[in-house]
Amino acid sequence: MTPAILLLQDGTIFNGYAAGKIGTTTGEICFNTGMTGYQEVFTDPSYYKQIVVMTNIFIGNYGVKKSETESNKMQIAGLVCKNWMPNYSRSMADGNVQEYFENEQMVGIQGVDTRAIVRHIRNAGVMNCIISSEISDVEELKKRLAAEPSMAGRELSSEVSTKESYFFGEEKSAIKVAVLDLGVKKNILRCMADRGMYLKVFPAKTKLDEMMKFNPDGYFISNGPGDPASMPYAIATVKDILATNKPLFGICLGHQLLSEACGISTYKMHNGHRGLNHPVINLQTGKCEITSQNHGFAVKEEEAKQNANVEVTHLNLNDNTIEGIKVKNKKAFSVQYHPESSPGPHDSRYLFDDFLEMIKLN
Amino acid sequence: MPKDTSIKSVLIIGSGPIIIGQACEFDYSGSQAARSLREEGIEVVLINSNPATIMTDPIVADKVYLLPLNTESIEQILKENKIDAVLPTMGGQTALNLCKEADEIGLWEQYNVKLIGVDIKAIDKAEDREKFRLWMIEMGIPVCPAHIANSFLEGKEFAQQIGFPLVLRPSFTLGGTGGGIVFKKEDLDEALNRALTASPMHEVLVEKAVLGWKEYELELLRDNNNNVAIICTVENFDPMGVHTGDSITVAPAMTLSDTAFQLMRNTAISMMRNLGNFAGGCNVQFAMNPETEEIIVVEINPRVSRSSALASKATGYPIAKIAAKLAIGYNLDELKNQITKTTSAFFEPALDYVIVKIPRWNFDKFKGANDTLGFQMKSVGEVMAIGRSFPEAIQKACQSLENDAIGLGYYGKSLMKSEEILESIKTPKWDRIFRIKDALMAGATVSTIHKSTMIDKWFLYQIQSIVDLEKHLMKFDKLSEISKEEMTKAKQMGFSDLQIAKFVGNKCTEDEVYEYRKSLGITRIFKIVDTCAAEFESKTNYFYSTFG
Repeated sequence: MTPAILLLQDGTIFNGYAAGKIGTTTGEICFNTGMTGYQEVFTDPSYYKQIVVMTNIFIGNYGVKKSETESNKMQIAGLVCKNWMPNYSRSMADGNVQEYFENEQMVGIQGVDTRAIVRHIRNAGVMNCIISSEISDVEELKKRLAAEPSMAGRELSSEVSTKESYFFGEEKSAIKVAVLDLGVKKNILRCMADRGMYLKVFPAKTKLDEMMKFNPDGYFISNGPGDPASMPYAIATVKDILATNKPLFGICLGHQLLSEACGISTYKMHNGHRGLNHPVINLQTGKCEITSQNHGFAVKEEEAKQNANVEVTHLNLNDNTIEGIKVKNKKAFSVQYHPESSPGPHDSRYLFDDFLEMIKLN
Repeated sequence: MPKDTSIKSVLIIGSGPIIIGQACEFDYSGSQAARSLREEGIEVVLINSNPATIMTDPIVADKVYLLPLNTESIEQILKENKIDAVLPTMGGQTALNLCKEADEIGLWEQYNVKLIGVDIKAIDKAEDREKFRLWMIEMGIPVCPAHIANSFLEGKEFAQQIGFPLVLRPSFTLGGTGGGIVFKKEDLDEALNRALTASPMHEVLVEKAVLGWKEYELELLRDNNNNVAIICTVENFDPMGVHTGDSITVAPAMTLSDTAFQLMRNTAISMMRNLGNFAGGCNVQFAMNPETEEIIVVEINPRVSRSSALASKATGYPIAKIAAKLAIGYNLDELKNQITKTTSAFFEPALDYVIVKIPRWNFDKFKGANDTLGFQMKSVGEVMAIGRSFPEAIQKACQSLENDAIGLGYYGKSLMKSEEILESIKTPKWDRIFRIKDALMAGATVSTIHKSTMIDKWFLYQIQSIVDLEKHLMKFDKLSEISKEEMTKAKQMGFSDLQIAKFVGNKCTEDEVYEYRKSLGITRIFKIVDTCAAEFESKTNYFYSTFG
C-alpha cells in the first residue's frame, strides 16, 4: 500500500494510504455523514473543488454503477475515508471503486481516523487541505496548499455548468421549464421530467431573454458549487425571472440566489450540512421531513424573517437555519435542501409536485 | 401535538417469563418506557409475571403487580387502580396478545382505559398473517406467494400448489415457535402438524421459501403527526432461512446501494403510515433478491422488539424511551435527541462504526436437540460488538461469546477435511461462522463458500482479509519481527493479544504481545457512540474501544 498524507490548512497532518490514483489534490475539506450513496456524492457538481470526508465506515462495498451518477463525471476534488473496499458484492454493479477512481484520475486517502478529522473540522471549521500519495515533503505540500484559493468569494458554477444548452424529457409534454444549470444534479432533471415537464437546460450565464425564446411555463434555478454572493450575474437573472411573474423553483444554490435576489444576504457556515439525515419542518403543514443536504453557505436567518416580501416556509430542526422560503405575491419558492435526494430520503419529493401544480394553475 | 394531559396513569404490560425467543430485551424496553413516562409525571403501573426483571424493581414503576399475564389479573388491576391508558407495545408479542384478549372481552371499554401506542386494528393487520398479506396486496407491496391454512388438509393442498422448499409460519407465536422450512414432501406432514399445534388459533401460513435472498430489518419510529424516521438498518449476515434472532446481524446495512435502500425506506414508511393508529417503535423486515434487487416484505411488528433493543444500543438512540413519549402524544419534532441534548429527536442516526451481533446458543445444555438453525429461534442470548471495521467488530464479538473463542478462529478447531467443511457449512449451525473461517484457512475460495452458503460475498471477503492477515502473522518466528504497521493493522482488524501470541510460533505470551505493542505506541483508544458520526457534540458518555 502506498502511504499518503492529508495536510490541513492549519497544519494538522493525518497519515494514511493511497486510495484511487497516485497523485496530489487540493480543495476545501468537508464531511458527509450519509451511510449510502457514495457514488452519487462523488458525481454531484455541488462538491466541485471539495475534498469529501465520508464518515461511513466503508466506501466501495457495493461497487459502482453507471446509472447511479449525478453528472457525467466525478466532481469531488478528492476523497478521505476509513476503509477502502475494492472488493464488492453487488451483482448489478459495473465495477469497483479503485478502477473507477483510477479511470477518473481521482486521488484519495484511506486508513485515516475519519472521526478524528470530523471532530477537528467540527471545532475548527471548514478549511482547505491537500492530499498526496506522491509527495512526502510537508513543506512542499504546504506551499502547494497555500496556492489554493478560499471557497469564500469563489464563483464555480460557470466551470461545472453545461457549455451548450440541451433538452431533457418528453418533447410532446404540455409543460416547458427552463433550467438554469449552475451545476445541476441529474436527478433534479429526472424528477421534473418524470412529472411531465419538458426541460431546456441553459448554461450558467444565460440571460433571461435567451431563456424566454424557449417560451417556458416556469423556471428552475439549480444547485451548484461556490459562494452565491460571488454570482451577481445569476442574482440578476433571478431578479429578471421574478419580474416575469412566472413560476420559479430553486434548490440549494438556487435557494440562496432567490434569497439574494430578494435582498437577503448569505454567509459561509462553520462546517455546513452534508448528509442524509437532516430534519426539516414544513411550517405550512407542520409536517417534518428527513432531508438530503449539501451546503456550506446559508441565508441569514434574521434577514429572511424580517424581509417583508418573503415568507419562511421551512426550518431546520437541529439549528433553526432557514431551509425554505417563498416570495409573497409571486409564484416563486425555494429550498436549501435536496428534494431530489439521490442519495437520500425521498420525503421531500412533493416539492416537485407543488412546482408542477403552481405551473398548471398559472 | 404536545403531550396528552388527560393521561395521568398508564399500565405497562410486561412480557412474562424469559424463554427462548423472548429474553431480557423486553425488560430493557419496559424499564425504559416506565422511566420515560414517570419523567412526564405519569403514574406507572406495571404487570409482569416474572419477578427476575429490572422492570419489576420497586424503583422502576409506581406500582408493580407480579401476577400471571391473563385477563383476570388485568381486571384486578383495573379494579384497584384508576388507569387512564394501557401501553401494550413494550412487552413483545405476549403483551400484544394479552391486550387483544382483554379488548375482546371488553375490559378496556368497561374501565374506560385508552389504548395508547397502537390500536387493535393495527395489531391485527400486522400480526395476523393473512390480514397482513391481504393488506400488502391491497397496497401493492410485493410479498412472498403464500396461503393461509386452518386445517391439515388445507395446508397440504397449498403446499402442493406452492411447491418445495416452503416455509410454515404459525400465526401469533413467539420467536417463530413451531415454524420452519420444509424441503421435501416427505417432511411436510410432521412439520404441518407441529405448526398448526403451535398457533393459538390453529392457523398457519404456507409460504414459498425465498432461500438465499438477503435479509434486512428497518427500525422505525412514527408519531401521531405521521412523521416517520428510520433509526437503524440491520443487515443479516445469514441469508433468508435463518430466524433473525439466530442470524449474525450487522448495522448499518453493509451491502446496500442508496437506490436499494431508499426503496426499502419508502416501502416501510408507506406501510407505517397506512397501518392505522400507531405511535411508537416498529420494525419491518425485507428480503431482497441479490440478482435483481427486487424486494418483498417479510413482516412488520408494531411494537418494540428484540431488534429495536439492539438498534438502540447500536445507534445510541433510545427507541423505547422515545416510543413511550410518542404514545402519550408528543411528536418527534417536539423532543430532543437524547444523546446530543441539543439537536432534534426527529432524525436518522448516522453511524461511523459497524455493529456485529452474534447470537449465543447453549446446545451443550440441550443434549439431543437439533442444532440446525431455521425459522424457529434457538439462541439464548447474544453479544454485540462495535468496531471501526467489520473484521474488528466480528472478532470482538467472537471474543465476547464466553466460549473458548479468542477471536474468529482458534475455537473448537476443526479436524474436518476441507470437503467436509464445505459440506457442513451448507447447513446453518451455531458454529458456521467458525467453519467458514476454517474453510478459507484451508484454501477454499470466496466464490465456493458463497455458492454453499449464499452468504453475501462482501462479508466473505472481509473474513478472507482476517485469514490473509492471520496467515501472514503465522510466518513470523519472533514478535520483534512484526513491524509497527503490521501490528497496527492486526489490532485494527480485531486480533486480540492472545490471538497474536498463538500465531507467532507459540513462542510468546499474551503479556509479551501487549508489552511489545505498547512499546510501539499501539494502544486502545475510545470513541463515542453519538448518533451523528461526530457532526455534533455529544453530552452522553457511551464509549467503545478501538485502534483507530
